[in-house]
Amino acid sequence: MKAAPFTLHKPGTLEEAVALLAEYGEDGGLVIAGGQSLTPMMALRVAYPPHLVDINAIEKLSQLTVGDGFLSIGATVRHAQFHRHFVEAGTLGRLLSSVVHHIAHYPIRQRGTFCGSLAHADPSSEWCLVAATLGAELRLTSTSGDRLVQINDFLDGAMSTTREPSEILTEARLPLLAENTRFGFYEFNRRAGDFALGMALVAYDLEGGKIRNARIGVGGIEEKARRLAAVEAALEGKTPDSEAFAAAAAATVADVDAMEDPTTSAQYRRDLSGVVVRRALEIAQTATRF
Amino acid sequence: MSENITPNATFGKGVRRLEDRALVTGRGRYLDNLQPQGCLAVAFVRSPHAHATFQSIDTTSALTMPGVHAVLTIDDLMPVLTGRKLIVGLPSAAIELEVDRPILAGDEVVYVGEAICMVVADTRAQAEDAAEYVEIDFSPLDVVSDCSLAIKAGAPTVHRNLPHNRLAAFGFRYGEVEKAFSSAAHVVGDRYEVHRGGAHSLEGRGVLAMEDSLRGVLDVWSSTQTPLALKKALCELLGRDENTIRVEMPDVGGGFGPKLVTYPEEIAVAAASVLLARPVKWVEDRREHFIAAAQERDQIWDMQMAVDADGGILAIRGSMIHDHGAYTARGLNIAYGSGVTLPLPYNVGAYALDIEVVLTNKVPTAPIRGAGQPQAAFVMERLLDKAAGVVGLDRAEIRRRNLVRSDQMPCLKPLKLRGGTNVILDSGDYPATMKSALEQSDWAGFQVRQQQARKAGKFLGIGIANYVEGTGRGPYESVSVRVNRKGVIEVVTGAAAMGQGTETMIAQIVAEQLGGDLSIVRVKTGDTDNPLGFGGFNSRQTVTAGASAHAAAQKVRKLLLQMAGHILEASEDDLEILPGKVAIKGVSERCATFGEIATAAIGLPGFAIPVLDKPGISASEQVIINDMAYSNGSAVAEVEVDPDTGSVRIIAFTIAHDCGRMVNPKLVDGQIIGGIAHGLGNALYEKMIYDATAQPLTTTFADYLLVSASEMPPVTILHTESPSPLNELGVKGVGESGVIPTAPAIISAIDNALAGWNLHFNRAPLSPQDVYASLRSDSKGERA
Ligand SMILES: Cc1cc2nc3c(=O)[nH]c(=O)nc-3n(C[C@H](O)[C@H](O)[C@H](O)COP(=O)(O)OP(=O)(O)OC[C@H]3O[C@@H](n4cnc5c(N)ncnc54)[C@H](O)[C@@H]3O)c2cc1C
Repeated sequence: MKAAPFTLHKPGTLEEAVALLAEYGEDGGLVIAGGQSLTPMMALRVAYPPHLVDINAIEKLSQLTVGDGFLSIGATVRHAQFHRHFVEAGTLGRLLSSVVHHIAHYPIRQRGTFCGSLAHADPSSEWCLVAATLGAELRLTSTSGDRLVQINDFLDGAMSTTREPSEILTEARLPLLAENTRFGFYEFNRRAGDFALGMALVAYDLEGGKIRNARIGVGGIEEKARRLAAVEAALEGKTPDSEAFAAAAAATVADVDAMEDPTTSAQYRRDLSGVVVRRALEIAQTATRF
Repeated sequence: MSENITPNATFGKGVRRLEDRALVTGRGRYLDNLQPQGCLAVAFVRSPHAHATFQSIDTTSALTMPGVHAVLTIDDLMPVLTGRKLIVGLPSAAIELEVDRPILAGDEVVYVGEAICMVVADTRAQAEDAAEYVEIDFSPLDVVSDCSLAIKAGAPTVHRNLPHNRLAAFGFRYGEVEKAFSSAAHVVGDRYEVHRGGAHSLEGRGVLAMEDSLRGVLDVWSSTQTPLALKKALCELLGRDENTIRVEMPDVGGGFGPKLVTYPEEIAVAAASVLLARPVKWVEDRREHFIAAAQERDQIWDMQMAVDADGGILAIRGSMIHDHGAYTARGLNIAYGSGVTLPLPYNVGAYALDIEVVLTNKVPTAPIRGAGQPQAAFVMERLLDKAAGVVGLDRAEIRRRNLVRSDQMPCLKPLKLRGGTNVILDSGDYPATMKSALEQSDWAGFQVRQQQARKAGKFLGIGIANYVEGTGRGPYESVSVRVNRKGVIEVVTGAAAMGQGTETMIAQIVAEQLGGDLSIVRVKTGDTDNPLGFGGFNSRQTVTAGASAHAAAQKVRKLLLQMAGHILEASEDDLEILPGKVAIKGVSERCATFGEIATAAIGLPGFAIPVLDKPGISASEQVIINDMAYSNGSAVAEVEVDPDTGSVRIIAFTIAHDCGRMVNPKLVDGQIIGGIAHGLGNALYEKMIYDATAQPLTTTFADYLLVSASEMPPVTILHTESPSPLNELGVKGVGESGVIPTAPAIISAIDNALAGWNLHFNRAPLSPQDVYASLRSDSKGERA
């Protein structure tokens, strides 16, 4: 379990980094951020990148700031930076801190990055689910400049994105949430810190006791995290009660195309999708403040 | 029990482990810490096929890779080997097929992970790089993956030249089984599939060999539980005398069973070192541990129990298939252990079990902590739960009615151990132990708790399981005790320390006799200079090495008193042993230190040795103990099941156990808790999955779910001490106890939580998906 030989580049500026990736990306050169997904794959000799471009020394990629209506997350912002509620981000900050503890284990969260999770695109990535459900916008940077992509156009399947090999994901922007937005996250896995077998994130605004602007997403169920328009429609204008939640669960089960693997059948995952949506809705309903 | 054991010295005290300071401050000496100058690293090229033949191994490109010194096949090693195979299986007349492991595969591979050749390079990374360039022209053959299919007529054979896959058939039979079944009030039965995965010690296997030309000795270090067995195999296969091979056991980061087997890799590395005249080291990585270290895996039981109208067990009968893997690494011991264990805790009038040990194209099996006993307990306890149901008895009550009673002790069972000796339950009060577990867990009050929880939408369940653990496998273990000129008590033993606290245990027993100062005791475990010994397995060392340590220490005590009496001009009766010295009773200033006594006992040239028959303050003992000492206990698990997802959470776990007199209650607790973690894995998590072509699918800790601290429930341990009459200290082993009752207690609790569905889970481990699927397929079930 030793990685095959590779050359490590440690650029100090983004310009150098994109230049290196322009040179080596097409031949399998890769960005390394937190290394929490990439290094295990190299040790198992599943990944053989001949060149690694380490972006950790690029200072401006480490920024976590609130902009005009969005939270900007730089490429080297670690999972652990969300352990404590990022106050300036308001409701969104609370949401992120309630989700982050479900990602891996404490030491891994000190290294792994938000943007690395999106770039890696594991179907069970919590951040992919957050990004897909809330509608993240991503900045991809190469020698030919920046391009902005919506998360849905970025995630392309299990461990697959539309990022070009020469591009670095330099920033992810998450829309801020209204003060009165309710949210709930529920994840099911076998052991603490494992990748989810199924998880759901829900967010909605409560107007006159009715659900408005529902955002419902599931992860770990399909090849990629996805917002479920049919479920959102089923909830729109409804009173948040067990009847509405049961209907949402049923709509979820009907809508998803669940994955299968050696230990988990598609049927189990599909049924689980309804359970996690229902429980996320229950959490959103009962939690007053996280 | 010897009168020399006073309650205020070291025996029986929960003292801190002597070995830990070095281990937890980074000063342990594990195999991979040993890095002699010029040491080369090995990567094995392993089979990607579960069954294939090959004609050629092309090493040309690999040899041109940076840092590579050699790429060795079995033919390359033969000049320094006396044979192509490692023959270490325990003998049994029941074995029909000889399938010993080759040092390296010659022209056929029979499981994924089997070693074919070894790349030797400056670094492990370079060796792994080059290993990818070794080309082998495999012709894949038919594969046998499932042990129940392996014995079907027309199944492909695991080895192309063998006629079938049935390695051995044997069984157990006593009493009038058929008669009991025909007269029984009730007969219950089921097919039970019990799976146990791998060992997953923190440190994997590893071996380092280097020839010391000055001494003319081949030095070998190995992360093994049985260094003496390795030495024997090396002497045979390298054709060398015992005094030209030295095997050392460095600090070992866990064993749990598989390291008791000698492996082909250990021989191959030593042979490569001889061949290349260089130090050569191989350290198993986690992937290799998953595919090439022994596992325990599958047993399939078809069993029936006959009971009378009051729930008394009349007879048990059935058959069992045991997955042996592709070669014999140890023998029939796991299957034998299962068969002999099944009826032990209870009075079972008649018993018939037919066992088939079956080859599969998978890595060989060898004992994992528990060694067949957990599977037997699972089947027995599940049958009892079923019987309780049909008779209409509480699950604890049916057990109480059948448990072996204290007035039956010692209780001779109509069974034999694999070595031919009798099975005699030596001591204990099994019903009292169970009673204490029931009281502690409030078994009687559970129904109320359960009903209240149901009102809150929660599904709670409770389950119980009893066990008897055979410990202290004989015939003996060596211990020598010597006081040196500095007054240090040096203890040397063939007992092997894999992290259990063996050194502390032995030091406590020795210090008890010799003044009670643990700080002057040095214990060296894993000794191989003395050929009399075996090593660590079968919860044996506290019993066997403990007995020898006690006897040797008593002799040394006598010598110290004799010589001190001479030095102090006092009668032995007026002396007492204090920490580090012998003094006149009540006058501790009038004393001789251990150092002075030892120096006097060693003597001076031309002067007579006073008092002693032999010079030196030392004694060596091998106390023979043929019968096993039986520990026992009862576990109660309380669980919450989530019917929506099938997930199970253990809310509380109680274990009442009796391992005789405890040398150190803290060490006992550690063994019990660790055993429960393994048992919890067997109940809910650990599964080594292979596909139909015997490709292993769970080869990382992301896929193979080992229990972590987060999954461990709160555990309450109750100690009872019924001294074993079989050894002077009254001790029994405990290393495997925790694992045995855990899975059946948990699975019984799951049934109970889902009582409305009327389920009887008949396998382990159970995943959430398994539980969920059973709930769905049972249409008559209720829902909250
Ligand atoms: C035991 C364990 C458990 C885990 N459990 C979870 C879990 O429950 N949930 C979860 O979401 N994750 C989990 N992870 C993964 C962890 O969160 C990773 O940190 C994350 O997936 C990737 O982030 P990283 O910064 O470490 O990326 P790296 O490992 O450095 O890179 C991953 C991939 O993304 C690419 N990449 C990274 N950053 C960029 C970028 N800025 N631009 C372009 N490409 C980039 C790399 O080239 C590589 O292909 C677990 C990891 C481990 C080891």
